[in-house]
Amino acid sequence: MHAPRELRFRPLNLGRWLVWGLTALLFVLLPLAFRQGFALTLMSQMGIMIIFALSYNMLLGQSGMLSFGHAVYSGLGAFFAIHAMRAIAGGTLAWPVSLLPLIAGAGAALCGVVLGFLTTRRAGTPFAMITLGIGEMVFAAALMFPELFGGEGGITGDRTSGPPFGGISSLTFGPQIQVYALIAAWCFACMIAMYALTQTPLGRIANAVRDNPERAEFIGYNAQRVRWLMLILSSFFAGIAGGLSAINFEIVVTAENVSAARSGGVLLAAFIGGAAFFFGPILGAVVFTFFAVALSEYTKAWQLYLGVSFVLLVMFAPGGLSSLLLMNLRALKFRKFGRLRDPYVGVLAAAAGMALGGAMLIELTYHVTLDAGQGSVLSLFGFPMDTNAAGPWAFAATVLLSSLAAFAFYQRGFRRTWEAIQQEIENSVRDNPA
Amino acid sequence: MLEAALSQTLYGLSYGLLLFMLASGLTLIFSMMGVLNFAHASFYMLGAYFGYQFSVWMGFWPALLISPALLFIIGAAVERWGLRRVHQWGHVPELLFTFGLSYIIVELVQVIWGRTAVAYRVPAELDGPVAWLQGLGITFPQYRLFMMAVAVGMLAALWLGLARTRLGLVIQAALAHPQQVEALGHNVPRVFMLVFGTGAALAGLAGVVGGNAFVTEPAMAGTVGAIVFVVIVVGGLGSLAGAFIASVLIGLLESFGKVSDLSGARVLGWLGMSVAPDHALQPLLALSLSQVAPVLPYLLLVLVLIVRPKGLLGTREG
Repeated sequence: MHAPRELRFRPLNLGRWLVWGLTALLFVLLPLAFRQGFALTLMSQMGIMIIFALSYNMLLGQSGMLSFGHAVYSGLGAFFAIHAMRAIAGGTLAWPVSLLPLIAGAGAALCGVVLGFLTTRRAGTPFAMITLGIGEMVFAAALMFPELFGGEGGITGDRTSGPPFGGISSLTFGPQIQVYALIAAWCFACMIAMYALTQTPLGRIANAVRDNPERAEFIGYNAQRVRWLMLILSSFFAGIAGGLSAINFEIVVTAENVSAARSGGVLLAAFIGGAAFFFGPILGAVVFTFFAVALSEYTKAWQLYLGVSFVLLVMFAPGGLSSLLLMNLRALKFRKFGRLRDPYVGVLAAAAGMALGGAMLIELTYHVTLDAGQGSVLSLFGFPMDTNAAGPWAFAATVLLSSLAAFAFYQRGFRRTWEAIQQEIENSVRDNPA
Repeated sequence: MLEAALSQTLYGLSYGLLLFMLASGLTLIFSMMGVLNFAHASFYMLGAYFGYQFSVWMGFWPALLISPALLFIIGAAVERWGLRRVHQWGHVPELLFTFGLSYIIVELVQVIWGRTAVAYRVPAELDGPVAWLQGLGITFPQYRLFMMAVAVGMLAALWLGLARTRLGLVIQAALAHPQQVEALGHNVPRVFMLVFGTGAALAGLAGVVGGNAFVTEPAMAGTVGAIVFVVIVVGGLGSLAGAFIASVLIGLLESFGKVSDLSGARVLGWLGMSVAPDHALQPLLALSLSQVAPVLPYLLLVLVLIVRPKGLLGTREG
């Protein structure tokens, strides 16, 4: 008798290869499709935000830690990167610019070791409050050392100062397209690394600590240590995002990179996308950056729109965009989407009317209070409008109120159909387990 | 020297009491509903702006009454149509809801009142220093004394309301055993709505009183909000007495820290050591206490977290 041969069933996971392959392809194809400088800047920032939001979701989605101070790690990482960049330019450090994010990540992880030890001593709501306090502390402290953090003006660097990438003299990261390529490569690598982490024992036990810390402790894990480890790893990736932003902008400012606004921003991004799925924050980062970079070009009220969409999502779809997407896909898969089509048309048309009317009112009000010096006429959706005339106000209010009434009417039918369909799907899943 | 110390103590006390006005509402809401109201400081800011607007329209004293009343309505509405809906999904969505709300309120305030500070002034009746304290050699503004009186009065009313009225007893009971109280026929969701509205009204009152003592600007919610959270964690989550001690402690820390020129280099100087100007630690040691004053509350937070993670008077972990 010889020992039975260990049997392993390891099919080639085609779906996974396909998804990652397509993602890589998308990173390559996007700059070919959108060649303008603005699109390139936007996509570079999206790549940075994707890493940042995914690192945030290692806390929120995977370990159940709601942090209000995650910008500390990305911001301090950015400072590590910019100082290293200056050292490269000064000739005191021999290190390729393309690997600067590694320095940033290591520095941020170091900060995670120290600060995380404090914050992860408590879980749940106290953790949220403590991270807010620590975030404010780091922010205020950074302003006290202008030698190190550049004070109000920030610290600037030059990303082209290092030796060219791979010895090819034209690859100095001067042009934005090369920076995009660098960010895309890092983004892809980080996405894979963070996904892989969810599959490790640590990733799994972090989920257990999120769901039931007491049981996790009973099977022999120290919940506090698991939270701490996850925070250190998460701050490593946040640091990489910070390092990339230092390369992208060549300037790091305390008031921006370490601010509570940035911490809040990454929280919004992760939640809007959906914290329950790995790909949620990716979606959220894309949407958030679009709001923050593209929409802010057109309107000063973008934060208001962002806040309102966020609150609506929390109230009506706490799973975020990804869960909305998956629920609709599921309805499609079970061939029940046809029943939703007509209610969708009514609800979405009414919602579009509400958005239009509301946005008009907001823009008019913003113009009156903030841009009064520029005269009373503003251009809205390409039409000139006079804030002194009653017409635009009355029109906006009429659109808003009538679509509100229409929404109140249509949403009832939509909700009934939606709930019935979800119930039917759940029943059929329960009755015919795969 | 003694007069200066006394005057700083009074300043610190008045700031601490203002912090406690905020922290008490937050603690009440938290211990009752388990909701950390992130928008609490935003209610404080709204109170200040309402106070400014109504005192422009009809004077300070009507504003002192109208603004908290308005905030009561706003708070109750937020609970009724927002929080109650989110409640079914647990505490994190509740916290996020109030976080989003704070985001919106800051923006709305900027739309209505602009991005810079408004000229919200102390009423003329209360302008100037307190006469009898001046006789003792202490310069202390009358308005600050009024602020302390309002805070103490409010807290006494709160305590009386909670401990001595029928409704207060129902609230306390609903705090401990909501299902039991509901079974006895009380409308617990309505009690929650009332508590949330009251918390918002208290924050609003603090805003009306504090807005003109400090600066009324869109950033005020952020600055005060973080400090109030520190107060609550340091005092111990859900403990009113702890919140009181922490508020006063932080108030005193702020007022004494601001005027002290104590620095690491000076302490070393007393010990007979001196720091070379090119020493690596020189920038750190040269910082005086007044320069690091903004960080002091957070350092206290760090200290408490290391020594006593539950908070000064906290009893529970979570």
